[in-house]
Parts: sequence; structure tokens; C-alpha cells
Amino acid sequence: MTTKIELYNFVLRLADDNLILAQRLAEWCSCGPILEEDLAMTNISLDLLGQAEDFYEYASELNGEKSEDELAFLRSEREYYNHLLVEQPNGDFACTMLRQMLYSTYAKFLYEALLNSRDEKLVALATKGLKEVKYHFRHSSEWIIRFGKGTKESNERTKNALVELWRFTSDLFEMNETDKVLITSGISFSLRDIYPLWKAEISNVLEEAGLEIPNSENNIIGGINGIHTEYLGHLLSEMQFLQRAYPGAKW
Amino acid sequence: MTEEEKLNHFNSLIERDEKIEPKDWMPEAYRKTVLRQMTQHAHSEVIGMQPEGNWVLRAPTLRAKKILLAKIQDEGGHGLYLYSAAETLGMDRSEMIEQLHEGKAKYSHIFNYPTLNWADIGAIGWLVDGAAIVNQVSLQRTSYGPYARAMVRICKEESFHQRQGYEIMATMMNGTTAQKDMAQDAMNRWWWPSLMMFGPSDKDSWHTQESMHWKIKRASNDDLRQKFIDKTVDQAYVIGLTVPDKDLKFNETTKHWEIGDINWDEFWNVVKGNGLCNHKRISHHIQYHNEGKWVRQAVMSYSEKMNAIQTAASI
Ligand SMILES: [Fe+2]
Ligand SMILES: [Fe+2]
Ligand SMILES: [Fe+2]
Repeated sequence: MTTKIELYNFVLRLADDNLILAQRLAEWCSCGPILEEDLAMTNISLDLLGQAEDFYEYASELNGEKSEDELAFLRSEREYYNHLLVEQPNGDFACTMLRQMLYSTYAKFLYEALLNSRDEKLVALATKGLKEVKYHFRHSSEWIIRFGKGTKESNERTKNALVELWRFTSDLFEMNETDKVLITSGISFSLRDIYPLWKAEISNVLEEAGLEIPNSENNIIGGINGIHTEYLGHLLSEMQFLQRAYPGAKW
Repeated sequence: MTEEEKLNHFNSLIERDEKIEPKDWMPEAYRKTVLRQMTQHAHSEVIGMQPEGNWVLRAPTLRAKKILLAKIQDEGGHGLYLYSAAETLGMDRSEMIEQLHEGKAKYSHIFNYPTLNWADIGAIGWLVDGAAIVNQVSLQRTSYGPYARAMVRICKEESFHQRQGYEIMATMMNGTTAQKDMAQDAMNRWWWPSLMMFGPSDKDSWHTQESMHWKIKRASNDDLRQKFIDKTVDQAYVIGLTVPDKDLKFNETTKHWEIGDINWDEFWNVVKGNGLCNHKRISHHIQYHNEGKWVRQAVMSYSEKMNAIQTAASI
């Protein structure tokens, strides 16, 4: 199949988004604002890790040489294709929930669109992931609404988070050669199709929260081409530590 | 009923091995003892998330990361059930947390030891959870109903915790020299502190007598410790780990493993605040509790506003 390398890259992109965001959420472990929410963030992190595992498994199958763990832990920074948004630091709880809401909304429409893919395996994985990201969307959007309408401080913090994170949202809809090939072969679709859906959903939540979409246009892109912000390298060096320090060891 | 009749009724419930429930009358000293023990247990579950959380970002495989995260989540969940079970005795969670921060409430001394390599995660699951299970199984029969029921629920999850820890140790003992060294190092550092988790010998513990009489405690510290030693020593041998005790020997007559002297000075030293992590564990908890304050305020303010809207609409 001529699209194999593109499909592999695309699956890695999905896997990396899930893994990197799961790793970020795991940073909240024992640091949550209330115990219940500590556990809720761990829950989301676990869901995303499960999805990452599935996508890496598929990528490993397509690759034929590298195992899931080799793909997850032994690539260099330039070989990760996750979006810039998911690698951004947690910030405060408002920032983490906003990042979650922006990403989960995106993942929701992405998976929904992938239900029509000509690749059966992608359809299966998207179906499985969809249920989870819908829940993540609900959970995070409820927090954004609570914060928007809660106290002056929570409103303020959420506004700041919006300014901070909005600049990384156009990156979510960036496409490259991979997308071109996969769209032609009916495996993927144009992300431009889901952009208006995503934006409308985000506007709804923000409106309910009494907040506004920043009107700054942003054009910071790079994630899917392996060009990242400086944060990713640090995240990876921590995450990859044991695999790098003890090459060949089985865990 | 007179005070005396109430006491008699309480004593007869205890005698017949029936549970004391929140609405039942109970002697103040009983209430205090159970409350102290339950809050200490709840805090231990929650503080215990820290040493394991120390490796969650560095877990070596996807599977290991998932298992560890799920395990830590279970512990947090145990903290939740225990806090709500303890609340039935008339103190709310925020007050329990305040007492923890002020040093008035304790948590298990074991969590003041640092996790220094990946095998420590194995050692905690295998030894620390292993010791906790022995204790918790016995507490399923404790006399306070909500506590006993929380223990039943918790014990169901604990055996997975111990298995995953033992699996980590076994895998590392099967691995490279560096991995074996890490596993043995973890064993050397966690073995004795795990034995100390059961508390001082019964001869030296005045709490025990009273607690046994009320059936809050159902077995002595030494008996529970022995149970743990007997099952764990064999498990260590199976995977090639050395138990760091030159006096350890099997008594053919009693069929029990006999250990050397436990260094209780070390235990008391850690309890008094001189473990490597005492300060870190509490200040971490205080820091994030304080950082979460604005979130809790936002939740309150939001629900007040929503209630006001609902009330206005229903008028
Ligand atoms: Fe525990
Ligand atoms: Fe537990
Ligand atoms: Fe446990």
C-alpha cells in the first residue's frame, strides 16, 4: 500500500497527542485542588494512556520493527508529532481544564470524522476513543463554566488561561503531506471541515461561562512536523529516563 | 436509658461481636480511638500517593505507567472512603485535614522514606501494601461498622496492589545486573520499615489492650507482623532476593520464620520527624491544599449562584 508511511505518521500523531497529554495530567497526581478532582484527572490520564497504547500498537504493526514502548519512549524530540497545545505546562487548574476542553473538543470531532475512514482499524480506535473524549469534554467544560461564573478570581484565572493557550489552537488544524495523501485515499479528511464545528462548540461553552474567544489571530504551528516548543524536551527527558539509562532492559 | 444501661448495651454488642453503628451510643473514649485510627488510616492512603507519584512520570513502559497510575488512584479512593466513614463519627474532612497539617493527626511512618529507584515502586506494592493487607484483612472484623465495611471494600483492591509490586520485583530480578542491584537495594531499604508498620511489640503498646478489649483491633501487632514475615520471606527466596537480616532463621518446631531485632530507635526517630521525607510530605500536602483554595471557593460560589437562580425561578 502506498499510503503506509503516511498512515503510520498519522497514527503516531494520534498516539503522541494522547501520551503527552496523559503525561501532563499525571503531573497532577497528589497535587489536585480536592481529592475527588485529583482522582478525576488521573482517570482522564488513564483513558488517554489507554488510547495512546492502542494507537502505538497499531503504529508498531504498521512499522513492523519497533514495539509500542520503543515508539513511545525511544524517539527523539523531533520525531514526536503531537500538537503544541498538549505539551504546554499545566499552569493552574483553570489552565489545565481549559487545555483539556480545547483538546477534547478537537478530539471529539476528529474521532467522529474518522468513523468514516476507509481504514477499519482507525474506525475501531476512533469509536473506542470517542466515548471517552466526550466525557472528558463534559468534565472540563463544566469546570470552565463553573470558573467563568464562580468567583472574580476563578474568572480572571480562566481568562488568563485563554490568553495563554489560545495561541496554540490553530496548530490543531494544521495539515501536511501526510494529510494530503490520506485525504486522497479516503483514510483521513480535511481538518478544515471540523474547524467550524470545533469553534462553535468552544464558543458555546465560553458563552455559557460568560467568557469570550480571544480575537487574536494566531498562527503558531509546528507540532505535526516535529517542531515543538521548548517544553517537550523536558517532558521527554523525564518520561524516557529509565529506557535511556538502561538500554535493552526489560521492565 | 441511664448512662449505665447505655454502657451495658454497648458492651453487650461488643461481646456478641455485633457492629457499632454511627447512631449507636458509644463511650467517648471509643469514639475518639476509632476516629483517631480511621483518620490516621485515611491520611496514610493519601500521603502514600506521594512516594509512588514520585515515579509515575518516569515509569519505564506504557503498561507500567498505567498500572502505577491506577494503583495510586485506588489509594486516593481508599482515602475518600475512609474520610467519609470517619465523618460518621462527627468530624468533617476539612477538620481532619487541618489536624494533619497541624501535626495533630498522624499518617503511617512508612511514607517518610524516599523512593529512590524504580524497584522501590515494586517494593512498596509488595512489602508496604503486603503489610497493609495483613492489617486490613484483620480490620474487616473491627467493631465499628463503617470502618469494617470500608476495609472489606479496600481489601478487594489491595491484592492487585501487592501482585503488581511483586511482579515488578520479579521482572527486575530476572533482568540485567543493574536491575537486580536496584531490586536488592530496594529490598534492603524497605524490608525493616515494612516490619515496623505493624507498630511496636505488644508488650510496649498500651493502646493495644484497650483497642483489643473493644474489638477495634482484632489481632496483636506481633501476630500480624509474624503473618506478614511468614508469607513474605518465601516470596523473596522464590525470586532470588536476600532478606537483609543475618539472624533470620526458620524454626522447625513452630514452623515460623524468626527475625533479628527490629531497630525501634529508627522507627521512633522517623515518627518524631527525622525521616528523609517527613517535611516534604506534609509541606507538599499543605502547598497543594492551599493552591486549591480558589477552586473550592469557585465551586461554592457557583453553586450558591445556581441555587439562587433556581429559588428565584420557583417562586
Ligand atoms: Fe495503602
Ligand atoms: Fe490503600
Ligand atoms: Fe494499596
